[in-house]
Amino acid sequence: MTVQPPLIRTAAPHSLTPAQLDPTKIMVRDVNVFYGDKQALDAVSIDIPGKAVTAFIGPSGCGKSTFLRCINRMNDTIPGARVEGKIEIDGDDVNAKSVDPVILRAKVGMVFQKPNPFPKTIFENVAYGPRIHGLSSSKEELEGIVEASLKKAGLWNEVSDRLHQPGTGLSGGQQQRLVIARAIAVEPEVILMDEPCSALDPIATAKIEELIDDLRQQYCIVIVTHSMAQAARVSQRTAFFHLGKLVEVGSTEEIFTNPRETRTQDYITGRFG
Amino acid sequence: MTDAAPTKPDRSAHLKKRYAAEFRFKLYGRIAIVIALAFLTLLMGRIVLQGYSTFTTHTVSLPVYLDPQKIDATALEGANYDYLVALSLLKKLGETEDEYGTNSGEAMDLVSRDLGFQILNRLKADPSLIGKTVTITGPMKADADLYYKGELKRATDEADRKLNNRQLDWLDTLQKDGSVKGGFNVAFFQNADSTEPEQAGILGAVIGSAMMLLITALIAVPMGVLAAVWLEEFAPKNRWTDLIEVNINNLAAVPSIVYGLLGLAVVINWLGAPRGAPITGGIVLALMSLPTIIIATRSALKAVPPSIREAALGVGASRTQTVFHHVLPQAMPGVMTGTILSLAHALGETAPLLMIGMIAFNPGIPEGFTSSASVLPVQVFIWENASERAFHERTAAAIIVLLAFMIAMNAAAVILRRRFERRW
Repeated sequence: MTVQPPLIRTAAPHSLTPAQLDPTKIMVRDVNVFYGDKQALDAVSIDIPGKAVTAFIGPSGCGKSTFLRCINRMNDTIPGARVEGKIEIDGDDVNAKSVDPVILRAKVGMVFQKPNPFPKTIFENVAYGPRIHGLSSSKEELEGIVEASLKKAGLWNEVSDRLHQPGTGLSGGQQQRLVIARAIAVEPEVILMDEPCSALDPIATAKIEELIDDLRQQYCIVIVTHSMAQAARVSQRTAFFHLGKLVEVGSTEEIFTNPRETRTQDYITGRFG
Repeated sequence: MTDAAPTKPDRSAHLKKRYAAEFRFKLYGRIAIVIALAFLTLLMGRIVLQGYSTFTTHTVSLPVYLDPQKIDATALEGANYDYLVALSLLKKLGETEDEYGTNSGEAMDLVSRDLGFQILNRLKADPSLIGKTVTITGPMKADADLYYKGELKRATDEADRKLNNRQLDWLDTLQKDGSVKGGFNVAFFQNADSTEPEQAGILGAVIGSAMMLLITALIAVPMGVLAAVWLEEFAPKNRWTDLIEVNINNLAAVPSIVYGLLGLAVVINWLGAPRGAPITGGIVLALMSLPTIIIATRSALKAVPPSIREAALGVGASRTQTVFHHVLPQAMPGVMTGTILSLAHALGETAPLLMIGMIAFNPGIPEGFTSSASVLPVQVFIWENASERAFHERTAAAIIVLLAFMIAMNAAAVILRRRFERRW
């Protein structure tokens, strides 16, 4: 195999090879998604490892966000959406009748494109999840969870003196970290991020990326991104979607240096997309 | 570059036209505002000018001799106390007594029958007053009051006014010797309707309206809000829900008198609710307000950004929790505005209430939700139809009270909305 120069320079060479990755956390087989008559995803099969960051890249409308929303069944809320195929987290089918989407979504947290804190105080934003899931038995315990979550999200130092001010008064980047803290507070195993930095400036983006890198020690993270540089910087595995199909999945280094498919190469070199 | 340069369009002329168009539109807007304000001023001005005089009235104080020959202590109700009052008035004026003749009759036309009732009540409490002289204070008759207010003029031909020249002279005398005093019209705010204008008051109608509106709010608000929440947040989108939606929109446009017919046929004849009672009116107006409340609530719910729903669902809230913890509180200001507007509309509604018998004459303050009651707009309607002139100024005064009631409701809505908006 000839060594090629990377098509996109990754910030640091990834030391992890697939063999070193955690075992598969999310196993997906032949998933089709339909919105009414329109098929949005076509036979997607992928294994997503635990305690690592997997990036989904691909042009707009390729189905990567749709796929992300299948994992925590957010598509349930869209009228006319239909999901076929098998998605298993730790061997349990998420679409099984016995699975309550409410419990699933506590296990699989989600961060959206636009920061969407509740119009409540910073404290209430983080405390809401633990409260509805009954994760704390006392006020002190709840305060502990809020503090720990905000610390994990790297926001504690910035907001510890104004926990009871509106969360919507924070800057965009802070709001996005607040939303991450809110997701962490319910002790998820998987965190799904749908273009979490697309509404942020480069400095706020850098902070979120650092945060993602820290969080992967503990969580299985799946991130949809439009920025290939971001995918290269934060992820260990990358999957390329095109026209509703999963074209290629592999280690990030491999995808960005030596893609197997020409379509992948064309996309990451900017020939289309 | 041999080609002639294309002629540039004259931009400054175009710009001028644009500014002129802009100026014209602003001007039209201002003219529309001025016309609207002028109509409003005209309306309010007329009502206030006609009605403000109701808020003052004239009362008279008379020493009345409770003649034992004319009062039977064993049958207090049987005595003619109005006549005793008239005698006392004649004495004060230095006129002679003529047993049930012109003098006492004309005197009785000047003083309210309220004084006679007061004497009866005092005697019932203390029969030992017979044979003594007591001082009674009470309202003048409405026509006398109008004369003092300058609305019944001496210049009018004697045949065209209710009081003759001698009666006017008497009134002048009474005012000069200080027996008659002007003051705030307490009776108007303490009494219910009466056949005598000087004793007719608005309190009965205000309480009736408040009771009826309470029933309306208790039925329409929870039902309307819950219906809207279900339709907007939970209902599947299919033909049935489309049909329901179309029907709700149509119901909002149904003339209010139709709801009156419905109330008569269903609420009174079928359910057996009492005629003309606040509970009946409240149910009918609740039915009338429901579509408006549902529509307003739905649009308020629609205006809540979907990102809030996603956020709540994303942390594992159930759909019900999402709606009641996040979506509905966010929509609350809009819900409040729609609800109060529709209740204010219900407050001013007259036609359906006429259908369900709320037009009855109610001289008492309503005792309960099932007893017959008057409401403000119907009171306005009844007084406007009365022949006596004094009732016409009371009509305008009742409108002022109705408007004040509405302004109070709207103010409450604004305050509530502010509170909900500030809640973090």
